[in-house]
Amino acid sequence: MPGVLTALHDSLGATIFYFVLSPALKIAILLILVLTLIAYTTFAERKILGFLQVRTGPNRVGPWGVLQPLADVAKLLVKQDIIPDRAVRWVFVIAPCLVVGPALVIFSVIPFGPSAELSGAFNWFITDVNVGLLFVVAMATVGVYGIILGGWASNNKFSLLGGLRSAAQMISYEVPQGFALVVPLLMAGTLSLTGIVDAQFDQGRWFVFGFFPFGLLAFFIYFVAGVAESNRNPFDLPEAESELVAGFHTEYSGMRFALFFLGEYANMIVISAVAVTLFLGGWHRPFANVEALSFLDLGFLPGGMSSFVWFTLKLLCFLFVYIWFRGTFPRYRFDQLMDLGWKWMIPASLIAVSGTALVKILLA
Amino acid sequence: MTDHEPDSNPQPETLFGVEEMELNFGPQHPATHGVLRLKLTIDGERINDCYPIIGYLHRGTEKLFELHPFFQNVPHTDRMDYVAAATNNLAYVGAVEKLLGMTVPPRARYIRTLLSELQRISSHLLWLATHAIDIGAMTPFFYTFREREQILDMFEEYCGARLTLNCMRPGGQPFDLPVGWVEKVGAFNEAFPEKVDEYEGLLTENRIWKKRTVGIGILPPEVALDYGVTGPMLRGSGIQWDIRKAMPYEAYDEVDFDVPVSYNCDTYDRYLVRMEEMRQSVRIIRQCLEKLPDGPIMAKRPRVLKGPKDSDVYHSVEGPKGEIGFYIVGDGTPNPYRCRVRPPSFYNIEVLPEMVRGGLIADLIAVIGTTDIVLGEVDR
Repeated sequence: MPGVLTALHDSLGATIFYFVLSPALKIAILLILVLTLIAYTTFAERKILGFLQVRTGPNRVGPWGVLQPLADVAKLLVKQDIIPDRAVRWVFVIAPCLVVGPALVIFSVIPFGPSAELSGAFNWFITDVNVGLLFVVAMATVGVYGIILGGWASNNKFSLLGGLRSAAQMISYEVPQGFALVVPLLMAGTLSLTGIVDAQFDQGRWFVFGFFPFGLLAFFIYFVAGVAESNRNPFDLPEAESELVAGFHTEYSGMRFALFFLGEYANMIVISAVAVTLFLGGWHRPFANVEALSFLDLGFLPGGMSSFVWFTLKLLCFLFVYIWFRGTFPRYRFDQLMDLGWKWMIPASLIAVSGTALVKILLA
Repeated sequence: MTDHEPDSNPQPETLFGVEEMELNFGPQHPATHGVLRLKLTIDGERINDCYPIIGYLHRGTEKLFELHPFFQNVPHTDRMDYVAAATNNLAYVGAVEKLLGMTVPPRARYIRTLLSELQRISSHLLWLATHAIDIGAMTPFFYTFREREQILDMFEEYCGARLTLNCMRPGGQPFDLPVGWVEKVGAFNEAFPEKVDEYEGLLTENRIWKKRTVGIGILPPEVALDYGVTGPMLRGSGIQWDIRKAMPYEAYDEVDFDVPVSYNCDTYDRYLVRMEEMRQSVRIIRQCLEKLPDGPIMAKRPRVLKGPKDSDVYHSVEGPKGEIGFYIVGDGTPNPYRCRVRPPSFYNIEVLPEMVRGGLIADLIAVIGTTDIVLGEVDR
């Protein structure tokens, strides 16, 4: 592989290679990886829920049902795509893209592994923006438009109620989430995501354990708000099946529905990936500074691969928790959700931020 | 169909001239448990008024009763409350027996008691499953269906059917218990309380579950009495009324059991009452299995059952959802002259608007779940 890359580098020239070909390749690889991960998250969800609920889950397509996601995709692709007569067509069409687009864009700044000088081969991320954290927050906010607009444009009262719920929910939960993100930012002193991971390595601890208990508190708030942001159980009010039929995507069918679905799972993965990066040491193995545990480096894997493996493992733990939630909790009521957000999470996140700042000043 | 206009509440004066929205909830909606249609007047998510519209499952069952001889009518009762066929059968055959003055042999009475208590458990399991999944807890659904399957298997072994049992006849039981059935029921019965603990472990102390049910769908006792509400709904409102105790039928006066009552009148209390009822059913089944007498299972009866001229009778039993009663008029022919059914769901659904007014849409879902309606029985 490196040989091919060198040949391409020589024949195309450095400019095209570094600014066009290399990012394009990375984006393609990342998209394939992420989309596969999404497809198999749905499969894992069904299998794990099956395990929790004394049943088997999908087991017909392929051995142990492993080809089920492919069958689902094929079905969704060929399904009739219905746009209701009185819907606002262009908004209706654009809404699913607004959900899935930003969620995928966020992956561009997530570091799956170290940069080139550390890994010796290439950067394990598409780009390292120096305001990476802000970029993540900004992009995550755009996603809510898709849901509101989709709910409104469908011209269905249930969709409208779903859209309204999600508007209120996402706005309320972005506040504590934003505050919670300030905590690792204060601890690291940088907005760059790779910078934050490096800071955790340098300080010798994951930020979830930093400035105890403020790091833990911030981590908890971030994750709960994240579950609410991605509309997952127990905060799945915008699509609450038993209440609003299917909420904002009641009128969507075929691939457009699949895009909403894709967006939801992409959001889950993004939120987990950001949590791993900010609070759980990113791509580093646990106790990265302890030499005695260096066997955890997985030295038998080729260059930089071990960091990717650790990152993915941590990510999968989060995804498991999401699915676990779904098997365990009933659904909150709309006003109780707002109460929880404004009366508990926001004050708690303010305590976390001010506590962290105070400790930081005292230590300095 | 004529749509009845809901009582229009005067619109509150607001700064922006807020308008109420009318929302047609059902008849095709995942949480209306069949084909219930509700006309809601909502302000945001708050329900100002609710008007249930029924009749989408009307099959003219009461008229059908008049067209068939007494013993052929039992299958019609299966199809009213289709998740609790045994108690429907029992109420109907009980009424016919009263009308014709038949005495049922003791073994048949015990078998009937066994079947109706198993049916009560299976109906409550279905209620718990749908109630929980409506509130968003998905897992209890599968747990309860695991046990419900076992009960349905036992029904299948007894009478060949799983839902529409048709398992009783005027005068006694059509079949004796199959070999090994008693042991099977006994084993299930002893294992079942642990399973109830399992469901309760998922829900009873769950903060979200309590938030969604405590104080929701308040049904004051006087309102419940005014509307003729019966069953766990009534007992959840603090009124100790259970036909099994008040007017014992079959073997209920020979077994020992408690009637759970709760006094907070809300959805959570009705949940607790039903959970306790399942445990009490286990007690009844245990005693029935111990005391099960030998002997005939069918009374001596004429080849053709004829209701005496100008006779009428009302007989009711405690179904899983409340009082299920049959009023039968005989005119000297093999067919009933008239058969009027008193289904518990029909009365329990009437009180729905009282319970949801002023609540949120999410509360409506919890309240529909807690009323435990079956539309087949409401519309007949």
